[in-house]
Order: sequence, then C-alpha cells, then structure tokens
Amino acid sequence: MEEHVQNPYVPYPVRIDDIEVATEDKSLKTFKFVFLNEGDEEKFSYQAGQFAELSVAGVGEIPIGIASSPVEKGFVTFTVNKAGVVTSHMHNMAVGDIMGIRGPLGNWYPWDQLEGKNILMVGGGFAFTTLRSSIVYMLDPENRPKFGNIDVVYGARTPGMLLYKDELIEWEKRDDINMHLTIDTPADGWNYNVGFTPPVTEQKAPQGDDNTYAIVCGPPIMIRFTLPVLEKLGYTHDRIIMSLENRMKCGFGMCGRCGIGKELVCKDGPVFTLDQINLTPKEY
Amino acid sequence: MKLVKIDKSQWSQGLTKSRESYRLYGPVETDGFHGFKALAADEQPDMTYVNTRLSPKAILFPQSEAIVTYSLDTNDTDHHVQKSMPIDENPRAIVGIRPCDAKSVTLLNLNFDTSAYKDPYWVKALAATTFIGLACDDPRSTCFCTSAGCGPYHEEGLDILLVEQQEAYLAKILTQKGEAFAKAAGWDAETEADDLFDTNKQAAEAKIVSTVSTDNLKNQDILSLHAAPFWEDVSFACLNCGTCTYTCPTCWCFDLQDEVQGQSGKRFKNWDSCMFPLFTLHTTGHNPRGTKMQRVRQRFMHKLKYFVDKYDHGIMCVGCGRCVNQCPVNIDIRTICEIMNTYSPEEQTAVAD
Repeated sequence: MEEHVQNPYVPYPVRIDDIEVATEDKSLKTFKFVFLNEGDEEKFSYQAGQFAELSVAGVGEIPIGIASSPVEKGFVTFTVNKAGVVTSHMHNMAVGDIMGIRGPLGNWYPWDQLEGKNILMVGGGFAFTTLRSSIVYMLDPENRPKFGNIDVVYGARTPGMLLYKDELIEWEKRDDINMHLTIDTPADGWNYNVGFTPPVTEQKAPQGDDNTYAIVCGPPIMIRFTLPVLEKLGYTHDRIIMSLENRMKCGFGMCGRCGIGKELVCKDGPVFTLDQINLTPKEY
Repeated sequence: MKLVKIDKSQWSQGLTKSRESYRLYGPVETDGFHGFKALAADEQPDMTYVNTRLSPKAILFPQSEAIVTYSLDTNDTDHHVQKSMPIDENPRAIVGIRPCDAKSVTLLNLNFDTSAYKDPYWVKALAATTFIGLACDDPRSTCFCTSAGCGPYHEEGLDILLVEQQEAYLAKILTQKGEAFAKAAGWDAETEADDLFDTNKQAAEAKIVSTVSTDNLKNQDILSLHAAPFWEDVSFACLNCGTCTYTCPTCWCFDLQDEVQGQSGKRFKNWDSCMFPLFTLHTTGHNPRGTKMQRVRQRFMHKLKYFVDKYDHGIMCVGCGRCVNQCPVNIDIRTICEIMNTYSPEEQTAVAD
C-alpha cells in the first residue's frame, strides 16, 4: 500500500462498477469505478477540477478530468470520449473489468478564492465533466452557502449530446442555480435556449464584477468566441478561469511534453486564469 | 576535504577490490567510439578517453526502463493489477565520469526529485551511485563548460575527483559516498594539499576557449523571445532527427509505453524527444508544436529560457559539446544562445520599420 503513495507511476487498482452511454451518438461513456483496496479511496482525495490518468494494463494511459464530485463517496466517475487507443479500448470494456487510476493530478478550480463569490460556468460539448464535479460540489447543502449566485451556460449540438441530462433537468428546477441550457438548432420537445454557447452567454450570463468569476470549459472554437463575450460583460482576465488540455504521459510534471513555456499543463495546471495563459506561449 | 594519492601501478588492484562492494561502470571503446557501460569482472575503464559519444545519463535514466508490471491472465488472482518493478538498490560506481556529465546529473535531479513528486526509479538509482570523476586536462574544441556553469575540474555532482599525474592519480574525496568508495578500494595514501592541483585546474580552464554568454537570458521576455523572427533561420537546416536530445546529458523528456508478451506485460519509460511531432500530437490531430520551427524553438527555449526562469540553476546545458559535434547539419547551441542572449525586440522593430 505504501508503494502507491510513494510511486506516482503505479495506479490504484479499480473495478468498473457501472458503464453508462452518455450521449446519443454513443461516443461518450461514463465509467463508475470502485477502488479494489481499502484505504485507496481516501488516498485518492481530490478537488473539483482535477484529473487522473486512467490506466489499462497492456494498453496504456489517458488523462481524463474527474467527473464525480468530492462530496460523492464510495466511487469515482469519468466520462470518456472514444477517440484514441486507450479510450477506444475502454469503450469495449465491461462492468467488472479491472483497471487502474493514477492521481488525483493537477491543480483545481481555486475554491478558496471562489468562496463568497458569484460563479458563472460556461461549458460546451463534452467538456462539462469537471464542471459537473464543481456544480455537485457547490450545490452540496454544506457548501451552497459559501457561494453567491451560480449561473451555468451549457451548450451541445442536440439535446441528446448534453451530458448528465437527468441532473441538468433537476438543476433547472432548483432556485439556487440558474441553468441556461442551449442546443445549436431547434429540436422537438426542447423548451430551453437555442443557439451557440457564446451568444447565449451574452444574453443570459450576469455582468462581470469584482465578486464574479467565470469558469470556461469547452472546445477551442467555443472558447474563442466566448472570451470576447465575457470581456464585453466586464469579466477581467484574472476572473476568467480555464482548464487546458495537452498531450500528457506522466501527469505529474516530469515527462516534459505538455509544457507551455515554463508551465506544465499537467502539474502547474490544468487550471489557469486567462491572465496566466496570456503570459505563456500558445502551445496547447 | 581529503587528498589521496593512488599510484597508477595500484589502480586496477583498487578497482578490483572495490568490486566486492560496487558494480562498476566506466568508459570503454567500442567500434571507434567511447561509451559508458557496466564493466565485466576483469574489464578496466579506459581512462585515456576524451569524452563519450553518448552521455552516461542512461546509467540512472535508461533509454528504456520497465517500471510497471502486470498479468493479463484472468486465472491469476491479481490479473490487470499494476505493480512496480523491483528497483535495484545495489551500490554502483561510475568511474571516470567527466565533470560536465556529473553536473548534468544534478540538473536532471531537479526534474525527477521534486517536493511534490519523486520518480523512485531515478531517486533510488541516484542514491545507489557513487560518482568518481576524471578531471579534463585536454578538452575538445567544442567544449564550453566554463561558461555553462561547469568546468574541467568542476566538483558538483561528484563524490571523488581524480586528477591525473605522471605516475599517479590524485583523488580529491568530496563526500561521504566518496569516502566509502575510497575505503572499499583501499585508497588510503593521504597526501598534503598539492599546488599542482590548482595549477593544472587553471591550465585546463585556460584551454577552454569556446564560450557562451548567458547573462541576459533571465532578463529576456518569454513571449518576445518566443515570437522572435530568428527561429525560422535557426531551424531551417534542422532534420528533426533527435540526435541532439539523444546525446544531451541534460535532456530528460520521456514517454510511457505498454508492451505485452503473451499474458504478461510491462510499462516502459522510454527516452522521448521534443524534436518529434508525436511528442505533442493530440488525438484530435491538433498539434501545438506541429512545425519543425516550433519544435526547434521548444528545445532551445526550454534549455536556455524556461529552465533558467523556473530554477535558479543557470542554463540546462553543461557545455559538453556533444550536440555541437554530432548534429548532422551543424546547428550550434552556442550560436543560438548568443542570439537569444543578445536579442532585442526593439531593434527588430527598428529594422522592420
């Protein structure tokens, strides 16, 4: 057991407890893992915004944001897009299969700094996993009083491409979180917003001020058009928080590939303010 | 600090004696080139070499190293559970390592042994290794260690520094590890401080005439240097062959890859290179360093700017000259260091105007 703490290359063994198809095109699945060894869950103590290396013996490893929330106990979940060697292999795995998790890795959304503040979250497509973790964390009865208004703009191509739809509908009904769900084009039975995420953000998001922070997670094209909107709304660059992605191997700052200037996305990030990102070469 | 005289006639006897407690590595000539290898029981290190073609970093950071092992056989109770490979902690000594290569180990250590994470394969190998350096009295024309934070008699990273004399080696015992090795080798003929030591050191340093200027690197702005127009010129001839990163004693980047044979497998830590497009390629096809220029820029920016800013340890280069000697298109880190050190964005604008 000691080995795991000391050796960052060796993953905690986990069993796949559940697999759920997460989007209508079946390109995403949510994996629920339980730790094989007693005590490992405690060692894998994480914060919303962190990621882990999902490790499949004989195949390889892939860095994925943690979708479950620190307030959820007994398991961890990851929503995995079928894209490369490891993720494609995972999509063929079954409940009961054994694999590994290395982590938690990277920094997290700055929860200490966000206390007492209004939070705007802007998410697009399947980059909603760590935002889901964050929302569940903030809505926890013990944590909700620590935050001001919570606004969430979340867009996907179609209703069926929205992740965690049951939870989204539940959150829509609550009065302590303002949900602004949107899809690209009208669809039958869709009662929420229609349009791309950036214009919906412009219409629905609260004005930026000293007490309001924006957390933005999405595909590059969404980020590109959302940042000017946030600037227009008055969000300063030190109050726009983003999570970067780069190719990674070790996940703890040694293998060298995810560097953007002197920062390593895996260890110094993945969470950066726009202010910090503006000081680094655009190599992500 | 203790000085010990080792008569050359007693040299191989001492090494033989040390083998009772240490596995020895040393420079050996194969196919016209010197390289560090584990010495066979009767094999002697070739102390007449100038420097090796590859650095000895592979002794602590192997080009390919199995780190994790697992069984895929579902009949095994712990199938698919990944475990660390056993780590060899038996004492070993590198005999005849040059001061530049020893210093490079201290730079590599900044990456592999941090307050947040420790690479146990590196940390344990380093702890088990004694470094017995050989001072350079006859450097190459491409050596520029004296301006790269190092020198022909530099002691950083060494446990013992040997200085060659006519009939003997003068051994400067620098650490407790060095003390222990000297004891194991029976090097106990303590001698008075020798003027020759300093005289030789000054003479050796004077022979190194090639230099780099690094004084202004820290003052440079990362984004200005990154956006500088000279990178296209600098990278024009590069083949992205990776020879520079392969031969460099301070390059530490690596890859992790699984290999399976039958029902069992291992995960390997392999040297990787920022010169290769695959190093940074995303699964989407996007590549943040997709062009040759971006990769060449990354190598030099990492060594001469990012490292300088991140750690307070000068440049990520010890001036061994291997990349200068072995680059097939003669890209010279000394020239690029000069360009980076003297770059002025204002002047560039002025010229463009």
